[in-house]
Amino acid sequence: MLSYGLVSAAYIAAAVLFILSLGGLSNQESAKRAVWYGIVGMAVAVLATIFGPGTGHLWIVFLMVAAGAWAGQYVARRVEMTEMPQLVAALHSFVGLAAVFIGINADIELSHVLALKANVPDTLTEIGRAQWLKEAGLAGFAEKLAHKDAVEIAILRVEVFLGVFIGAITFTGSVVAFGKLAGRIDGKPVQLPGGHMLNLAALIVSVILGLMYFNGAGIWALLLMTLIAGFIGYHLIMGIGGADMPVVVSMLNSYSGWAAAAIGFTLGNDLLIVTGALVGSSGAILSYIMCKAMNRRFISVILGGFGGTSGPAMEVEGEMVPIDADSVAELLKGAKSVIIVPGYGMAVAQAQQSVSELVKRLRDKGKEVRFAIHPVAGRLPGHMNVLLAEAKVPYDIVLEMDEINEDFPETDVAIVIGANDIVNPAAQEDPNSPIAGMPVLEVWKAGQVIVLKRGQGTGYSGIENPLFYKENTRMFYGDAKSSMDEVLKRID
Amino acid sequence: MKIGTPREVIEGEQRVAMTPDSARALQKLGHECLIEAGAGRAAGFSDAQYREAGVEVIRGAAALWKASDVVAKVRPPTETEARRLRKGQTLISFFQPGDNEDLLKLCAKKCASVIAMDMVPRISRAQKMDALSSMANIAGYRAVIEAAEHFPRFLTGQVTAAGKVPPAKVLVVGAGVAGLAAIGTAVSLGAIVHAFDVRPEVAEQIESMGAEFVFLEFEDDQDGAETGGYARPSSPEFLAKQLEKFREMAPEMDIVITTALIPGRPAPKLWTEDMVKAMKPGSVIVDLAAERGGNCELTVKDELITTRNGVRIIGYTDFPSRMAQQSSLLYANNIRHMIDDLTPANDGVIVHDMEDDVIRTATATRDCEITFPPPPLKVQAIASVKKAPGPAAPTPEEIRAREVEEFRKATRQQVGLLAAGGLLMLLIGAWAPASFMQHFIVFALACFVGFQVIWNVSHALHTPLMAVTNAISGIIILGALLQVGSGNWLVVILSAVSILIATINIVGGFLVTRRMLAMFRRS
Repeated sequence: MLSYGLVSAAYIAAAVLFILSLGGLSNQESAKRAVWYGIVGMAVAVLATIFGPGTGHLWIVFLMVAAGAWAGQYVARRVEMTEMPQLVAALHSFVGLAAVFIGINADIELSHVLALKANVPDTLTEIGRAQWLKEAGLAGFAEKLAHKDAVEIAILRVEVFLGVFIGAITFTGSVVAFGKLAGRIDGKPVQLPGGHMLNLAALIVSVILGLMYFNGAGIWALLLMTLIAGFIGYHLIMGIGGADMPVVVSMLNSYSGWAAAAIGFTLGNDLLIVTGALVGSSGAILSYIMCKAMNRRFISVILGGFGGTSGPAMEVEGEMVPIDADSVAELLKGAKSVIIVPGYGMAVAQAQQSVSELVKRLRDKGKEVRFAIHPVAGRLPGHMNVLLAEAKVPYDIVLEMDEINEDFPETDVAIVIGANDIVNPAAQEDPNSPIAGMPVLEVWKAGQVIVLKRGQGTGYSGIENPLFYKENTRMFYGDAKSSMDEVLKRID
Repeated sequence: MKIGTPREVIEGEQRVAMTPDSARALQKLGHECLIEAGAGRAAGFSDAQYREAGVEVIRGAAALWKASDVVAKVRPPTETEARRLRKGQTLISFFQPGDNEDLLKLCAKKCASVIAMDMVPRISRAQKMDALSSMANIAGYRAVIEAAEHFPRFLTGQVTAAGKVPPAKVLVVGAGVAGLAAIGTAVSLGAIVHAFDVRPEVAEQIESMGAEFVFLEFEDDQDGAETGGYARPSSPEFLAKQLEKFREMAPEMDIVITTALIPGRPAPKLWTEDMVKAMKPGSVIVDLAAERGGNCELTVKDELITTRNGVRIIGYTDFPSRMAQQSSLLYANNIRHMIDDLTPANDGVIVHDMEDDVIRTATATRDCEITFPPPPLKVQAIASVKKAPGPAAPTPEEIRAREVEEFRKATRQQVGLLAAGGLLMLLIGAWAPASFMQHFIVFALACFVGFQVIWNVSHALHTPLMAVTNAISGIIILGALLQVGSGNWLVVILSAVSILIATINIVGGFLVTRRMLAMFRRS
């Protein structure tokens, strides 16, 4: 058994290690070390808690940890890099569910302790009462609860309530996000009649239930609220379209952190609070970055759909001119500098390996080939970087939008693979466009633009893309992977 | 449909409207291709090459005209050729319907459809069939080559052991397609190029080609552009100013290439006799407007003359034909794109869609009627967008003022946030017990540290960041660990499940992060 002091020391070490672990992600090389900080921190924290005061039923703990660890490594080994968004969403739902369970547990324990306390003989002194409670079989968390006074218990209820509320939203929201990302639920925004008024009503009912719960209404209020919060999470995420998923996933990431922090308050555990706050603020910043990259307000993303447009969209004139693999190969052979802009379409078609091979061959010929990554390309922040890394594309030729946008005018050929809105010139040219003002990659400034696309038609957001009609744009229709393979055959 | 191309009958015309390459593309559209024997010889395409491309070679013009449903050629038809047209046949060629009224009437009488390649509107959709631009491009290139042939010195400057050679100075008047092509060619030969155009918006294009825009000091609106990307006649004051500038430049210039044309009018006289006299002996003038009377007063159409002071003036009108293979390749492609648009289903059936803006405008006769001149375009042509006067560039004081204003605003915002946050803390502190506040301090500091740390995370590592935060949010396992020792079995079961899923989270999250990070490698 470790003493409280030792456990606290272990917690401090773990907190510092977690911070180092996140801080280490500032570049690719230190990141590899940083993960180990995280792993060690987690091991220290879990071991200290298990062997610290207040635990029991260790056989269950070991059984569950063993089973969980096996399942975790199984999933981690099997998952495809294109499936990362789903995996992340699924893992978020676990944190949410755990928060709900732990919160409900806390309430059960609390009512148990309060019932016991009411039976304590009045004649006992302060020390005697503590002894009496111990004899009544209270241990660990329950014992801690027993020492709380009335105000502390009121606060505890608020914490439990908040933890369960956020946890439930995170859980159902993540499950829906998982379904949408995995393609098991239609990616289009769907809302029940009533739309956001329904969410608002559910929120108001939750608040009322919360007030009743704080005034001692009992566990039913908590459970009912859990169901309602679950509904809010489900309905909120159902109403958000596929293209906004990077924001949704970061937001759920943030919520899972806040849920953990709220539970930390409930249990009086500082490490939980610190870690929850770290994760929560990380998710919040990611959501902010994603929103900024789409020039949208967080609220309007969460409320789903694109905001109102201020007038008719600009007329698109011109014609989409198709091109075939032979000409693409010729263009690439003639080009000195090439920039590739990947989007979600590349992930869908699993074209990253072919793209990587093409890049390798072009680079071997002494051409300058680089990638331009828009912050919201893909369904997860940084999704494209991971896919390209998996395909062995060196990360120093994969650049961010701000780093590379100025280079397009000096570029001979820009290749857009399965991306649409992030290269839409309407964002700059048409003030009435729904995406007006969104920062975009200025591919049209390159000498020649080749767009790989499955067919004619608009992308996720349904916005017409004038890029496809520009004079220097050629449309290369077909599945991105087979198209790339065709081009590869012609370049050696 | 059978698409046939006869040999050009005009003396000296070397181009041909079908090449083996374009024939292959036409066959892909479902058409059959015919060509008159020897039609491509002057452009360097032998009958054997055509046969190889699957083209039927027919002897004699009469037989070809008879066998073809669509006749594609370069020059406007001669009267003999026009008489061969029959009802239902389509002729695609240059036509100049504005100048060839009799010919137009004859074709209408024969009930044949005529598509005039020179009437294709200048809109972006129709660029691929804009034969005038293709030919102008070649003419501009060739003009420089002709000039270089007759110019007795280098175009490029050199410093040799035997002495220094200054680069030739070239003036290009009129920066349309031909003018820009001439600029590009002259620049690449090493000459110093100046260029003038009445449309000030082309200054950017001129400079992008590496030439210097000749700027006129003129009070009035200088904009000489009209719809359709062509120039309009300038005011007399403007013209006078322009000539004055040219007069000033004339003694300096070694080569002058004039390409100024205004649609439907004789070419403006921009290079007067006295300017020619002022030029140095050996200088060359290439007048690409010779067809319409020439920009230079002394130009003789189709001839090269040498003035008394030794200036050569080239008035050829057949520059594209002088590069017959190149111009045939491009022209045949223009024709091919036109037929592509006329064959919407790619099934070899010509659909003459008069609703289509481009086809309608190019059609000169149809169903025994003259359809020239065409109605105005539904879509505005390129270069017709009048630039709205841009907002005035901010002065340095304004920029400074704005910066100061922004700084103040940021400060106000930050102070406001801090004050609001502080007030909130005070409120909580006044009400909450000490034990809560202790945790709250930890929470607030952790948020702060989190914000500071996360901003430094590289963009490229956002997915690993999510995975790793996912893993460490599995720290919620601590809560379950603390509760699992409870005496209540429901609590134990819920905690046990929580431990299970939190462990999946931790292990899965860390492993997948490691997997991802291991993939990132430097080149």
